[in-house]
Amino acid sequence: MSTINKAATQVDATIISNKRIGAYHQIILSVGEAVRHCKPGNFIAIQVGGDSSRMVLRRAFAISRTSESAQFGGTVELIVAPHGSGSKWLCAQGEGAEANVITPLGRAFGIPTEPANALLIGGGYGSAPLFGLADLLKSRGCKVDMVLGASNGSKIYAPMEGKRSVNSLKIFTEDGSMGEMGRVTSQLDAIIAEREIEIIYSCGPMAMLKAITEIADQHGVIHQASVEESMACGIGICMTCVLPVKGEDGSISMKRSCIDGPVMDGSSVCWDLVGKSTEGF
Amino acid sequence: MSAAVDLSTTLGNAWFPSPVFTASGCASSGKELAQFFPLKDIGAVVTKSVMNKPRHGRPTPRMAETPSGMLNSIGLQGPGIDAFLANDVPWLLSQGSRVIVSIAGETIDEYAVLARKIRSTSGISAVEVNISCPNVENRGLVFATDCDTSARVIEGVRKVIGGEIPIIAKLTPDVTNISAVAKSVADAGADGVALINTVLGMVINLDTMKPHLGGKTGGLSGPAIRPVAVRAIYQVHEALPDLPILGMGGVSTGRDALEMILAGASGVSVGTASFGNPTALISIQDELRDLLAQRGFTSLKQAIGYAHR
Repeated sequence: MSTINKAATQVDATIISNKRIGAYHQIILSVGEAVRHCKPGNFIAIQVGGDSSRMVLRRAFAISRTSESAQFGGTVELIVAPHGSGSKWLCAQGEGAEANVITPLGRAFGIPTEPANALLIGGGYGSAPLFGLADLLKSRGCKVDMVLGASNGSKIYAPMEGKRSVNSLKIFTEDGSMGEMGRVTSQLDAIIAEREIEIIYSCGPMAMLKAITEIADQHGVIHQASVEESMACGIGICMTCVLPVKGEDGSISMKRSCIDGPVMDGSSVCWDLVGKSTEGF
Repeated sequence: MSAAVDLSTTLGNAWFPSPVFTASGCASSGKELAQFFPLKDIGAVVTKSVMNKPRHGRPTPRMAETPSGMLNSIGLQGPGIDAFLANDVPWLLSQGSRVIVSIAGETIDEYAVLARKIRSTSGISAVEVNISCPNVENRGLVFATDCDTSARVIEGVRKVIGGEIPIIAKLTPDVTNISAVAKSVADAGADGVALINTVLGMVINLDTMKPHLGGKTGGLSGPAIRPVAVRAIYQVHEALPDLPILGMGGVSTGRDALEMILAGASGVSVGTASFGNPTALISIQDELRDLLAQRGFTSLKQAIGYAHR
């Protein structure tokens, strides 16, 4: 047996619920015992389009939260933006529909061994995996603050029940339609200093993760970033989802965001080299 | 239903218990798929084409889904042959897997260097000589678009390793006459051919209005190219009925595998289907066994090239 994705299983999952929330769909899937191995930061790869689909690739989604109940067994919650043909298909599925899934996949968020002051930063539906993370961090004695941002209010995902584990929540929108006008990084310097932040967890677009890394590095704060790069397989065999990552010896290598991520040490990712040729570095 | 069909096959002097293999570049080095099924249960793992030196590959975006297929533009990212032979091959052999090592070079000499290193490693079943990767900086590097350069690469490899393990030349369908290229590599000492590599393609992103892939062009794979592969296998088997063929290109069901075998393939590699379904190889193998039994075949070998009879 392999050491890669050793908890992953492939199962036919049933959609338990599919609700529209703002610009997104909250989809709950019954996945059985696989849920016991799902940690915040892990993702799920879903076959889309049905048997005669012309879509040959799975779609990867961050797991937002998990639960176990007598009625549905193990379930995972996903926050899906109906952008492309695969996510639109998934969002159009009703309760009782089935989909083949593989989960849990990828590297989860690392949890501090001692209670720490943690700041969770989400961009758009990138906030999805942060609420499950907040619950876990709080249960380990961490103080959890959260900053969310999006282009407008309909793209902020912040469910009422998700805020239980959060000490404070600040929202920024670029058009000012919710919270304060600005970006998640607008007041980041002050927040890190005032709240004595020791670790930052982030999930969102690449440009946001890069901007957070720069500020986190200035403050010497650990930054675990959950990256999003398009994947063909989600299990490490296609080599399409790579990012340039600096090793301890300073050498750069192309790491797969599906198995070496999606959670990566922000300061080790060479954000400026993403999408550029690194041959010869 | 577990039908009594002998699925074993041969490529040159190498024997395999099943004709269903991974496709090069679609299984990495095997560890990732081993979570989903025992690698010894399939015919062989064909590893990702490895070069002499470690290589980063092309910039992202490296893929685009297309109707019933995808474009990839990886550019032969890999650890280099020394690390590969030291780490990946022993691990695969420890799993009881048969191993076909795929090699790629920038020069004719590099292929010979790679072959020499493979020769000094025991346990490898065959070598696939990838002379047709579309994702290299210079399209001129696609040796398999020219009969003479194809033959020279194979001849260099044959001089080093010929007669010890089978040499399988992987060809591109992006040529006018694939049978002529197959004949030139067979004459140069190839023990078989792998048909087909991906088909060169492009997707333009309507947001940026520029080519979507970092490498601009990419290799098209998946069910979209399957009829191209079946045609290539049929043509080459017709021209060279004694040359073993490893067929590939969009195989995702047992039906697709049988189609290639009837066209003349002695084995079938599964690539893009594993991206969508990591257990595709196992279901394809099971379906193939049943389909052969339903047609009265008691062995795979009886079905190879049946479409020509």
